[in-house]
Amino acid sequence: MIKNEIYERLNKVFQDVFDDESIVVNENTTSADIEEWDSLEHINLVVAVESEFGMKFTLGETTSMKNVGEMVTIIANRATK
Amino acid sequence: MDLNTYTPETLLRKYKSLRRELFAQETQWLDKRIAILGGSTTTDIRKMLELYLLSYGIRAKFYESEYGQYWQDAMFKTPELTEFQPDIIFIHTSNRNITSFPQVGDTKETVNALLQEEYAHFSAMWEKLSVDYCCPIIQNNFEYPYWRLLGNADAVLEQGKVHFLTCLNLMFAEYAQAHPNFYLNDLNWLSANYGLEAWSDPFYWHMYKYALALPAIPRLAQSVANIIKSIYGKNKKAFALDLDNTLWGGVVGDDGPENIQIGQETSVGQMYAEFQQYLKAHQQIGVILNIISKNEEENALAGLQNPGNILKPEDFISIKANWEPKNENLRTMASELSLLPESFVFIDDNPAEREIIRQTFPQGAIPELQTPEHYIHAIDREGYFEVTSLTKDDLARGEMYRENAARVRQQASFTDYNEYLRSLEMKAEIRSFQPVYYERIAQLTNKSNQFNLTTLRCTQEEIKHFAEENSYITLYGKLQDKFGDNGVVSVIMGERQGTDLHIRLWLMSCRVLKRGMEFAMMKELVRTACQMKITRVYGYYYPTAKNAMVKEFYQMQGFTKQQEDKQGNTVWTLEIPSEYQPKDLQIQINEEKE
Repeated sequence: MIKNEIYERLNKVFQDVFDDESIVVNENTTSADIEEWDSLEHINLVVAVESEFGMKFTLGETTSMKNVGEMVTIIANRATK
Repeated sequence: MDLNTYTPETLLRKYKSLRRELFAQETQWLDKRIAILGGSTTTDIRKMLELYLLSYGIRAKFYESEYGQYWQDAMFKTPELTEFQPDIIFIHTSNRNITSFPQVGDTKETVNALLQEEYAHFSAMWEKLSVDYCCPIIQNNFEYPYWRLLGNADAVLEQGKVHFLTCLNLMFAEYAQAHPNFYLNDLNWLSANYGLEAWSDPFYWHMYKYALALPAIPRLAQSVANIIKSIYGKNKKAFALDLDNTLWGGVVGDDGPENIQIGQETSVGQMYAEFQQYLKAHQQIGVILNIISKNEEENALAGLQNPGNILKPEDFISIKANWEPKNENLRTMASELSLLPESFVFIDDNPAEREIIRQTFPQGAIPELQTPEHYIHAIDREGYFEVTSLTKDDLARGEMYRENAARVRQQASFTDYNEYLRSLEMKAEIRSFQPVYYERIAQLTNKSNQFNLTTLRCTQEEIKHFAEENSYITLYGKLQDKFGDNGVVSVIMGERQGTDLHIRLWLMSCRVLKRGMEFAMMKELVRTACQMKITRVYGYYYPTAKNAMVKEFYQMQGFTKQQEDKQGNTVWTLEIPSEYQPKDLQIQINEEKE
């Protein structure tokens, strides 16, 4: 899957979860950049991304992902939709 | 707004915007305070519970235990919880909260002691909570473990976890049977229905200390919300069913009544027959069945005469088979049965018909139907008729509606209304609240919207309190006639202040409108009040979206209006006995017992 398409769909997921249509993410985005992105919202984000792309993150990945770029790399390898 | 059109994933993902939309609904909100005492993380459980309750017209404020502190909160009276004054307590525990499971080498006696210990841990908490807070308690039972040391023998041997949890679940159920204000949330069934492997995905436990998978949380929350809305009388009451391709396969007007697919001859016919069985079973819990079908009436009836049908014409209280728009048919049907259109679950295979009902009645229940073999799933999942109490009245409700239909037919043969009322041979029993009726009385205060002067909602404990304190005058009214017993249909509660009586609650079930029952209640109220040396009665009317029919009720009873504020709240007074003029009644009151 082309990374541009992933980012486009990912933006929509972030916008829904954080209820903010102005959010645009890039590979360097981290939880520090989005005010409401705390550890409790993180799980909602992970589940929303999983269901958007029809894939699962492992526990190890979920705890070690440092930024959106790493997330997108995993999605690109594993997405089924 | 019905959330059944959203997937669980969407509910989680769009929580914030859905919450906004639900809050913006125009509805008569019921405000409740709900404490969630958790044995694991509860954040998203609270959020999803909030959405489902909003969709049922309940606006909740929440208290959440600190992580895992359910037992401490309950046993040691946390000040924050005491101050919160919960209306409902939900204890969210799971098999992760079992203190100690048996070991394989344990003796029967050891296992039994463990079982009793675990049960005592929970039951002590329930007893403490019910003394401290006097409110309904909702408790999860246990889901099965997601791995089995003993394999299938885990369910057989006392030392097995499956066996251990099965025993505990039975003990919880027995406690629930014996305690009317205690409700079990069946985690065991919910997890099985969802799929235990997916439900128990350990990812969510190790990552966030959630005892169930996040995508399963909406199901859990809906189940809890269903119990709560049922406690507050917000269950649906009736089905409005389409015929062609809903109750049978094919179109009766085109195919002919002998060619519709229903009955045991074909797979498709069997499938529709099973669906009819499912619907018919609902009569046992007091849900009434009705038809709204675009058909010539004779074709509709001919279709129902096909011997393959499980449902017969006499199973339906009202049949509207015509070519009028379905929203209008539903409106007419509801008013004829003294129900609200929102009290119906509308079942139709045609998406366009579902849409028009959804547009006209945003608070209605309109399950999305896919293929006929999944109709039962689509309806059952929603818990429209969640049973939290089964009163005798619930069991007899279908019969009552049938009797009402007979009364309407009889009325048509009389020209003088009083003569008709006399022919009904009505007898009323009007007395102060009795324990056997507390449950029904509480249910009425939570269900009655139209003939309800103050819309005061009460729990069973509050009803008991009014009955036992002598500063209150309480009356319930039962009405029977030659067609049958209507059960308890009217309730009054007044508070005494010296020689004044303030009527805090006066309601009546709409199924006995225009029978003079409100005047019989008034007569007994005045009689009782005079015995207690009351000389002035205050009546109050608080307008809501649904109770306009009783706006001038006190005027009709001979009261004088004293006050009216901008919201339309009115205060009325009547001096007794001087100003009280008894009305002509066609009802005999408390005949046989005096």
